[in-house]
Amino acid sequence: MNIYRAHVLICGGTGCTSSSSDKIQNEFELKIKEKGLDKEVKVVRTGCFGLCEAGPIVIVYPEGAFYSHVKVEDVEEIVEEHLLKGRIVKRLLYKDAVEEDTIKSINEVGFYKKQKRIALRNCGVINPEDINEYIAFDGYMALGKVLTEMTPEEVIQVVKDSGLRGRGGGGFPTGLKWEFTAKAQGDQKYVLCNADEGDPGAFMDRSILEGDPHSVLEAMAIAGYAIGANQGYIYVRVEYPIAVQRLEIAIKQAREKGLLGKNIFGTGFDFDIEVRLGAGAFVCGEETALIASIEGQRGMPRNKPPYPANKGLWGKPTLINNVETYANIPQIILKGAEWFRSIGTEKSPGTKVFALGGKINNTGLVEIPMGTTLREVIYEIGGGIPNGKKFKAVQTGGPSGGCIPADLIDTPIEFDTLTELGSMMGSGGMIVMDEDTCMVDIARFFLDFTVEESCGKCPPCRIGTKRMLEILEKITSGKGEPGDIEKLEKLANTIKSASLCGLGQTAPNPVLSTLKYFRHEYEAHVNEKRCPAGSCKSLLSYHIQEDLCKGCTVCAKVCPVGAISGERKSPHVIDQDKCIKCGACLEKCPFNAIVKK
Amino acid sequence: MEFKFNWEENKDKIEELKKVIEENKGKKGALMPVLHEAQRIFGYLPIEVQRMISEGLNIPLAEIYGVATFYSQFSLIPKGKYQIGVCLGTACYVKGAQAIIDKIKEELKLEVGGTTKDRKFSLQATRCIGACGLAPVMTINEDVYGRLKADEIPAILKKYME
Repeated sequence: MNIYRAHVLICGGTGCTSSSSDKIQNEFELKIKEKGLDKEVKVVRTGCFGLCEAGPIVIVYPEGAFYSHVKVEDVEEIVEEHLLKGRIVKRLLYKDAVEEDTIKSINEVGFYKKQKRIALRNCGVINPEDINEYIAFDGYMALGKVLTEMTPEEVIQVVKDSGLRGRGGGGFPTGLKWEFTAKAQGDQKYVLCNADEGDPGAFMDRSILEGDPHSVLEAMAIAGYAIGANQGYIYVRVEYPIAVQRLEIAIKQAREKGLLGKNIFGTGFDFDIEVRLGAGAFVCGEETALIASIEGQRGMPRNKPPYPANKGLWGKPTLINNVETYANIPQIILKGAEWFRSIGTEKSPGTKVFALGGKINNTGLVEIPMGTTLREVIYEIGGGIPNGKKFKAVQTGGPSGGCIPADLIDTPIEFDTLTELGSMMGSGGMIVMDEDTCMVDIARFFLDFTVEESCGKCPPCRIGTKRMLEILEKITSGKGEPGDIEKLEKLANTIKSASLCGLGQTAPNPVLSTLKYFRHEYEAHVNEKRCPAGSCKSLLSYHIQEDLCKGCTVCAKVCPVGAISGERKSPHVIDQDKCIKCGACLEKCPFNAIVKK
Repeated sequence: MEFKFNWEENKDKIEELKKVIEENKGKKGALMPVLHEAQRIFGYLPIEVQRMISEGLNIPLAEIYGVATFYSQFSLIPKGKYQIGVCLGTACYVKGAQAIIDKIKEELKLEVGGTTKDRKFSLQATRCIGACGLAPVMTINEDVYGRLKADEIPAILKKYME
């Protein structure tokens, strides 16, 4: 085996790949070869490093130099200076990674300091397309331990003792689910992995599948042993082509090594996994809908009970867990339930991965111990709000969750605390909003999503969410009437209590939570026909302040509809009837003379 | 129907589909994989193709139509040569994806979910593609455009017009 003196790790997650990290990789390989370094320096394409904002990211070891926003043109300099002459290219280092003249290691950078990586432990560390790298990081050790040293009952006991709760959103105790399915009677049982990550703004499951697919395969095999199943299916979104491809590669390599298939580790245990593709239906994240979809039907949920543990795929007992839940399992088996419980809080042990996005400086993926406060995530890890704007609210839980206002920012993140606030953990989307975001419009955005994604099976969800959306559209377009807000509330509570599945039951949350904390914004829209955030177009108008306007004519030139007129060197005016409120004039005015009201 | 299915031109593709159907016949839950393959082969799922699948897998056409129309990834009309997808995930929306869509609609005289008559462009508002760090994001086939502003749209589209 070749020993390399340096490793160049290039992020191959979706975000960085979208900014051409594949071209950067080719360039590195080319230049390294040109300099004759290809026996000394190894280029590795890894999964997501998490700090997507700074992408494309390249990390060079052994120094751990963290290069951000790398361009293809920069590669030659890094190879020439850093890899050949040993001088780190400071100009390209991530800004927080440089302190005076020394470089900080990655774990010292603000973004990573408060994180604790369990589910993401191998993301950005190993090459996900090489099973040997996973094995080198204790991969498949947990499966080996389970098959040779433990009974299925002992495995379930460890998972139960760990207190692990489902990371897909609901937070149901994972160990109990395993126990129910193990106890269910059936000649055939199945293990499913829910990788239908549909919550807009959440991408942790994708990153795990892209960065560390074997951890999921290993956990599914462990689950198979524990509940007595020998077939698994991973239901993954077709919108995640890189994840699908890496899963296929991982399954193939695991079969070749005898880690999937017949007689694993010579113990007589058989287990195999197949990938099934989703086709763009959010509701398929609901477990009974997901099962229907694998069976080749419309992805519609059904009544529970019977739960999938008793009657699941093709009517057989079925265990279904989410990607991030599985990714925790091998570590729990290896390090024990006590270790896992020592992280996080009593009721929510362990960590949770969040996809941090929206109006925040460090967009990306973060894994934090449960109990970390929203403030720590947003300010210490996320680096605060860009452009000096004021933090207004944070949305968690996607279309099923709600908005948490600025004054509750010291809330520790746990399953139960978030639910108490009228939001929920959800799969882990965390969208930060500043003063320019209109809360009514955000509620409208999520309702628009649920209306589109409602499967149509039960009337409260099918009809109710549509009626709610209509009222919200009315309000945001300035046609709200007294009584609309009360009507919204009534509809919301009915839909919540009468819908068939989780989608409908949680669909009103974005409205209810914004009504709870930002009712005055709704009232301003309805009663004063005013959008306090200045975001709802129909309620806005642009004006030129006479005293500030120098008559430079820039605005008149940039206006696409010719709504601005005036003599050169004298104040201009906007014709409100012609104005389409595109905001082009406001952006271009050199004297900040234009305001929107 | 605005777009007519051409049997002659699609001869090879039909053969390919028949093979796929043959391979999946009798398998449990075969419909979704077959529809995915059919969509890959033809680019969309015209009623003629659905009928072939129905006969091949012995599943009622009504059921196939039901499944094909349930999932947003399956399309009953052909997609354009250049498929534009504008991400409407939360992060992109908060960062102004709607203005991007509006600009494209205006430039191409195209509605969301539609295809231009010359089959050159089609426009989709996609669910989160997970490139939230680059919000707002647009994809045209394999090309990804991130951190977009609406006034950059005409120049980008022009590259594909030739």
